Amino acid sequence: MRRVRLIVLQLLVAAAILGLWHVLATYPFFDRYWLDPFFFSTPGDVAARVVRWFREGTIWRHLWITLVEALLAFVIGSFAGVLIGFWFARKPFIAAVFDPYVKMINSLPRVVLAPIFTLWLGLGIWSKVALGVTLVFFIVFFNVYQGVKEVSPTVLANARMLGMSERQLLRHVYWPSALSWMFSSLHTAVGFAVVGAVVGEYLGAAAGLGYLIQQAEGVFDVAGVFAGMFVLGVFVILIDTVVTLVERRLLVWRPVAAETQS
Amino acid sequence: MRLDGIGVSYRFERGSYPAVERADLTVEDGEFVSIVGPTGCGKTTLLNLAAGLIAPSKGRIEVFGRALPGLNPAAGYLFQADALFPWKTAIENVAIGLEVAGETGRGARDRARAWLARVGLSAFAGRYPHMLSGGQKKRVALAQVLIRDPKILLMDEPFGPLDAQTRQIMGNLLLDLWSADKKAVLFVTHDLEEAIALSDRVVVMSAGPSARIIGDWRISLPRPRDTADVRLEPAFHEIHREIWMKLKEEVSKTYAQAEEAA
Repeated sequence: MRRVRLIVLQLLVAAAILGLWHVLATYPFFDRYWLDPFFFSTPGDVAARVVRWFREGTIWRHLWITLVEALLAFVIGSFAGVLIGFWFARKPFIAAVFDPYVKMINSLPRVVLAPIFTLWLGLGIWSKVALGVTLVFFIVFFNVYQGVKEVSPTVLANARMLGMSERQLLRHVYWPSALSWMFSSLHTAVGFAVVGAVVGEYLGAAAGLGYLIQQAEGVFDVAGVFAGMFVLGVFVILIDTVVTLVERRLLVWRPVAAETQS
Repeated sequence: MRLDGIGVSYRFERGSYPAVERADLTVEDGEFVSIVGPTGCGKTTLLNLAAGLIAPSKGRIEVFGRALPGLNPAAGYLFQADALFPWKTAIENVAIGLEVAGETGRGARDRARAWLARVGLSAFAGRYPHMLSGGQKKRVALAQVLIRDPKILLMDEPFGPLDAQTRQIMGNLLLDLWSADKKAVLFVTHDLEEAIALSDRVVVMSAGPSARIIGDWRISLPRPRDTADVRLEPAFHEIHREIWMKLKEEVSKTYAQAEEAA
């Protein structure tokens, strides 16, 4: 019952915003259009555009490209982040040597790297993947680093007393701890992979959702821009749902606040 | 197991803290020895020494007549804080000691199951630690340590965080398991009654810093004991009064020091 009410309320919010948008863009009040359709388009036009994209099937190719870029960025970035995070956490001296450079690169706004990547890797998907990797890497890296460092000293002492070798410690203690930290940042990491892909496309590409939005913007096609944003939003929500499902499966051991039955 | 002329001081960035001034302690095969003393007197330090988790600043530790090289392989350690692996189920936590030693498969699984049954948790094999109560976690930890059949059992206020009733039940469970094959036990507690009820010998430490062993009483109450019933016997009261007189001095010293410092 609560669930139904929640969904109804959520739909009401959408309806209110869309309704207001539609009314203000279609009817003049006090002798003026408060949302000029040229700059704001109308919900109807945007919806029609989305429907057309899907009916003609042109959108699928762009979605596919963006998805592939985001996935590659996520996989490569996570892999490198786990590897180097583990390495640094286990070798504090190496971590100390690289520390200023890690901080420097991480504080760099990644957008400025996009032109370099385009120059190096061309207009294809790899320049977008590279941009996504620089974003995903640091999130995963910091979390894995933290996860390895923050293993409870008692659990560690216990593991050693139980006779674990260095390799067994890695497998039974450090690895699960690092994974739990990494998964807690999974949503952010996946989100950034998509951001990397879309921003990369926006700055120079021949396909993808970012490219679609940028093209529409170039010809003042506001309906196209909003339609692209809408498709992107739904796309991100779908990915996020998948991530939530994966997370629930992998982190069964983590405590969740229990609710009483009523 | 012998601790011979042991002294420990901890080094910090600013100065050092002499935790234990001098301690000589021998635990015979099959003997249940408790250490009691005011908070911060270095009881845990002695246990960590015996476990080989830290090295003494001076003195010598012998286990079965030989100097302790590093970690004590003959010892099982039951920690005060939670030391279970949160990402493993109860049964996996119990079986890990065998797995580390290279014992996997059906046999190990069956033995772990048998140990869970001995601590009364058969029905909870598939639960993760966060789904268990404090007492249940301690039972799993006990099974985790005992399944490796250590010759020496080190226990650091293992029942400290539990409520009074659960403590007594755990005490009886411990005595039951111990009487089956009489390991040497070194049991640290701040609860004098618990120490007397469980032990063959009670050792009292002075207030820290520079703690020393200031008393050693043999408890000749007949076994098998029930940790609740034994407290009602006149002999129990006699020995309790005798040790308490000594302990009280030390406890008030600790408070006096704290007042001075404040």
